[in-house]
Amino acid sequence: MQLFTHNTMWRRYPLKDRYDVVIIGAGVHGLSTAYYLAKQGVTNVAVIDKGYVGGGASGRNTAIIRANYLTREGVPFFRESLKLYEDLSKELDFNLLFDQSGRLDLGHTDSAVFGLRMRTGVNRLLGVDSQMIGPTEIKKLVPAIDLRRGKNLPVMAALYQSSAGVVRHDAVVWGYGRGADRLGVEIHPFTEVTGIVREGGRVTGVDIGDQRIRADTVMSATAGWSSNIARMVNLTLPLVTHPLQAFVTEPLKPFINRSVSSANLHVYVYQTDRGEVVVGGGVDPYSSYSQRSTLHTLEELAANTLELFPFLRGVNVLRQWAGLCDMSPDYAPIMGEVDGQPGFLLSCGWGTWGFKAGPIGGYTMAELIATGKTPDLIKPFNLRRFAEGKLVNERAAAPAAAVH
Amino acid sequence: MAFLLNCPNCGQRNVYDFRFGGEVLTRPAPDASNEDLTAYLYGRENADGPQREWWNHNLGCRKWFVAVRDTHTNEVIETSWAPDISVPNAEESDGQ
Repeated sequence: MQLFTHNTMWRRYPLKDRYDVVIIGAGVHGLSTAYYLAKQGVTNVAVIDKGYVGGGASGRNTAIIRANYLTREGVPFFRESLKLYEDLSKELDFNLLFDQSGRLDLGHTDSAVFGLRMRTGVNRLLGVDSQMIGPTEIKKLVPAIDLRRGKNLPVMAALYQSSAGVVRHDAVVWGYGRGADRLGVEIHPFTEVTGIVREGGRVTGVDIGDQRIRADTVMSATAGWSSNIARMVNLTLPLVTHPLQAFVTEPLKPFINRSVSSANLHVYVYQTDRGEVVVGGGVDPYSSYSQRSTLHTLEELAANTLELFPFLRGVNVLRQWAGLCDMSPDYAPIMGEVDGQPGFLLSCGWGTWGFKAGPIGGYTMAELIATGKTPDLIKPFNLRRFAEGKLVNERAAAPAAAVH
Repeated sequence: MAFLLNCPNCGQRNVYDFRFGGEVLTRPAPDASNEDLTAYLYGRENADGPQREWWNHNLGCRKWFVAVRDTHTNEVIETSWAPDISVPNAEESDGQ
């Protein structure tokens, strides 16, 4: 008897000539869309990626989950994503190491505190458990922090969302991939889409080199590379691709069990279960498709981290990396149908906020594909909002991305 | 990845001396259609390769200039004052 009949996360298949749905991009959005599609009975689905599964921004983000956004469009969207994350380990029968340990957004100036108060008010109105706390409470939650009393940029207050947390990002990708595979979805890594087929005024498939694959629906879930895919259907998107850098230190004894973010210092910090300190910041100040990091940003992030946690001085950095962020002008995603391009769907504009939206992004896109109706939750995110002047202005999406 | 930019006034400097101004766009006429204005305001080529783009020498002479940079590798192909810049990939481009 074979003990392990299923020794990989997903099976390999030869490419077929036809699928109901082809999803370009095997990251969290592509795979969660495939998973929820299959759950609704649409199983003739291929998820195609030019690289390995989860090798783009899904494997390069800093794994923080939160819903403390600013707009009436953004808050419910990320709130529902957090709810899906809460049950996702059970749903996928896969331990995602989800840790709902809370998150603090620090304010060091009057104007920053004003912004945090505004977000707290909007959050509480829309069912997210944000609250404002003062320095005494901050010190209780994060004893290791330097409140910077008597220094430049003292910690004045914080927005605390106790239901925010951290989830193992690779596990989320693998969990959705395995779940989709078990329901019959095909995953094709190392398979590059070289063209999108348009016939009779609609998108009818994709080309993989010489091989043509037909599909009723083609969805792009390629984040930083979305402009390249859109070019294949002569579509120009309001996106600019910027790298975002992060680094991780050697493992230390546990000293902090919440994530801490400072918009004024352009830095966010948390400690992993292994004890490593993860530090991320804003996007690089210029657009690029290069996923290489810089010494300049490492020094800047390290210096700003020391403002909050001076005792980390002398700790060694293990790794530094960069991932691509497809920044939209209003810091909100671009999702759904594209006017004049029937058969083609977009899930992009994921900037610095895509990973936290992974579950709800896939859930809503799957509903759109399966039913043909755009769910209310993502109606405000359609591409046509730019022509209509109905931008979302989700500034709280990127408190650290000040330079973009 | 960091790189050097050749400021037409100051010469080679670290990219962090400069402020990025985005890809070079052509402003439509004042009476342009809503579609053209939307494309100008929001639409971006976001080239994965040579891109013609604005830079300001923020920590130097503070002049704006135009560079052609390969965004895939961050190789700067050429820099010059705005009116003299060649179009990326254009045959008449003489490089630098």
